[in-house]
Amino acid sequence: MTVDFEQVLCPISSHDDVITLAHGSGGRKSAQLLNDVILKHLRSEYLAPLQDSASIPVRGTSLAFTTDSYVIDPLFFPGGDIGQLAVIGTVNDLSMSGARPLYISLGLIIEEGFPIDTLSRIVKSIADTANRCDVQVVTGDTKVVNAGKADGIFINTAGVGSIDHPRPPATDRIAVGDAIICSGDIGRHGCSVMAQREEYDFATSIKSDLAPLHLIVEELLSANIDIHCLRDLTRGGLAGCAIELASSSRTRFELQQEHIPVSTEVRSLSSILGLDELYIANEGCMLTVLPQTDVNQALAIMHRHPQTKLACVIGEVTEGPGDCVLVTPFNTKRKLEQLTGEMLPRIC
Amino acid sequence: MKYIDEFCSPEAVDLCRRSIARNTSQPWTIMEVCGSQTNTIVKNGLESLLPDSINLIHGPGCPVCVTPTSIIDHAVELALRQDCIVCSFGDMLNVPGSSLSLLQARAQGGKVQLIYSPTDTLKIAAQNCDKQVVLLAIGFETTAPLNAHCIVQAEQQQLRNFSVLVSQVTVPPAIRAIMSNPRHNIDAFLAAGHVCTIMGESEYAELAEEYQVPIAITGFEPLDIMLGINHCIAALEQGTFGLMNSYKRSVKPTGNHPAQAVLNRVFEIADQQWRGIGCIPNSGLVLREEYKRFDASLLHPFTGTSNADATACISGEVLQGLKRPSQCPSFGTQCTPEHPLGAPMVSSEGACAAYYNYSSDAL
Repeated sequence: MTVDFEQVLCPISSHDDVITLAHGSGGRKSAQLLNDVILKHLRSEYLAPLQDSASIPVRGTSLAFTTDSYVIDPLFFPGGDIGQLAVIGTVNDLSMSGARPLYISLGLIIEEGFPIDTLSRIVKSIADTANRCDVQVVTGDTKVVNAGKADGIFINTAGVGSIDHPRPPATDRIAVGDAIICSGDIGRHGCSVMAQREEYDFATSIKSDLAPLHLIVEELLSANIDIHCLRDLTRGGLAGCAIELASSSRTRFELQQEHIPVSTEVRSLSSILGLDELYIANEGCMLTVLPQTDVNQALAIMHRHPQTKLACVIGEVTEGPGDCVLVTPFNTKRKLEQLTGEMLPRIC
Repeated sequence: MKYIDEFCSPEAVDLCRRSIARNTSQPWTIMEVCGSQTNTIVKNGLESLLPDSINLIHGPGCPVCVTPTSIIDHAVELALRQDCIVCSFGDMLNVPGSSLSLLQARAQGGKVQLIYSPTDTLKIAAQNCDKQVVLLAIGFETTAPLNAHCIVQAEQQQLRNFSVLVSQVTVPPAIRAIMSNPRHNIDAFLAAGHVCTIMGESEYAELAEEYQVPIAITGFEPLDIMLGINHCIAALEQGTFGLMNSYKRSVKPTGNHPAQAVLNRVFEIADQQWRGIGCIPNSGLVLREEYKRFDASLLHPFTGTSNADATACISGEVLQGLKRPSQCPSFGTQCTPEHPLGAPMVSSEGACAAYYNYSSDAL
């Protein structure tokens, strides 16, 4: 069979003209959407670093400011619910900039027909979680849309925190030779949500890792550990986060697969579904990039907190073009690429 | 899990690596038939553990890669109809049709339901009596018994709104097609453990005899693949051929009888189109006469037109092992997983996507 390349026709259009779910998956298409559509029109020195939250100078101090929207199905999952997620996600985004979370806003978009009982459960969960995280909900908004125009309930929260540390973590502080710590076993949030979905309905014991990280971060910073960068692993998973950090710091993140903590349950479920646990979402795990000399002290602090008791060094920052490389247990290497679309289970 | 861990053991893989290196005295080309084998090889960088003289090529056993464009187009057309729900395995959703993939159809309001098991489709049909529920029944001998079972269940449950769009293929005729091509350079095969778990060993023993090649049936963990390669190399170096079962913990000599029975009850053999390759005689499974009332292609005929497969990309040559993905001028440039020109760039089992996502070339 020979092919005349002059005659080759592309069976699909080379550019998307509508949004697909892949644009929201945190991978390459999300990045494209951000660059090609959003950042084309919106430019600001505070937006440009694309951190989890922006650092804004206000009268001689720095404030961290962030926002996130939560559109999860199912609303209640093992280990959490959309209310907890809406508070903790924003608290974690603030603490990744080294900020102390203070105030959050709450926007609710509710579909007509949504049970008030369920809404009440969600709002109670928001209140309890805010209390637990020592943040206050100080402003909010509620909108109701026609039946079929939203999937039950969508929540948006924005958060403000104060950056008190003189040298807060930031991607531009990542340096060659730094150690990379992963704070816990990966993939639990994505797996717990996936196993609950109607189309799978797997019986598993996997619970989401959803948990606030701000107290651990505060303790690390107040112990004067010279944290170069922090990033919570959310959409796109460990791989997505490591690739982003390597790319923005123009280094190479070299990760040792054998050292990456993954529970047996997560490994089994992702193997059954043909998914790569490195790309599965988390809501209570973070990467900490720091000088090798501070590693022992940082791990000692992390190991005192239940959420980070499995923290360990999973790799190091080396010189490179801005990519992420995984060293397999067989001592072979492969480059990790951003997810290119929704994670879809394989056929067999 | 312990059982799987043992087949991921770095020490055992290293023993196998040394044995392969010791035994290899000349260049050999081995084709792994199945996309899941390809995935294991590239994900774990197994090629870099082999001597340079061993060339692995990736065969046609990726179900989404070989499903004809016309089937996708038909599924897309049905998904966009108000009265239809199309049910499909996950990685089929992103495969480009002539104009849209199922994912793109879903973004335009089409009803596409992702399923994990074909029998989930029956529940969906029972819950949506006002809709026609169509199962996209694709894949090799591994998925065929599941889909057949689902059809038998639909018959017993007297579901009137359930049908299947069938594009089932079988492995042995594809191997024959590859070996009949005078340009082929394949010395041995790694046969797919899942398919053989259903079908047993005999078809592959016949192929090994017919083409006088070593064939090793393998599983899908790193050690499984290395063992299969080791068995093939040992046979090649000794100048012997025949079938070796390197996946005895799953593959029994005569396969899975109940699965074969339901497959044969519902399906019969027919000629089949393979995306990028063309028609391979007797390589497909179609519904038997008594099950034709579940045939979506008859109940809801395709009204559109499909672009010819052959012009899409060089997937045919890649799937037959005549070219490596990186030898395609579009690879990684015009053709990427975001904008696939052809199906092998879509699924993580597809040779091109596997190479693209797990490439170690630049390291």
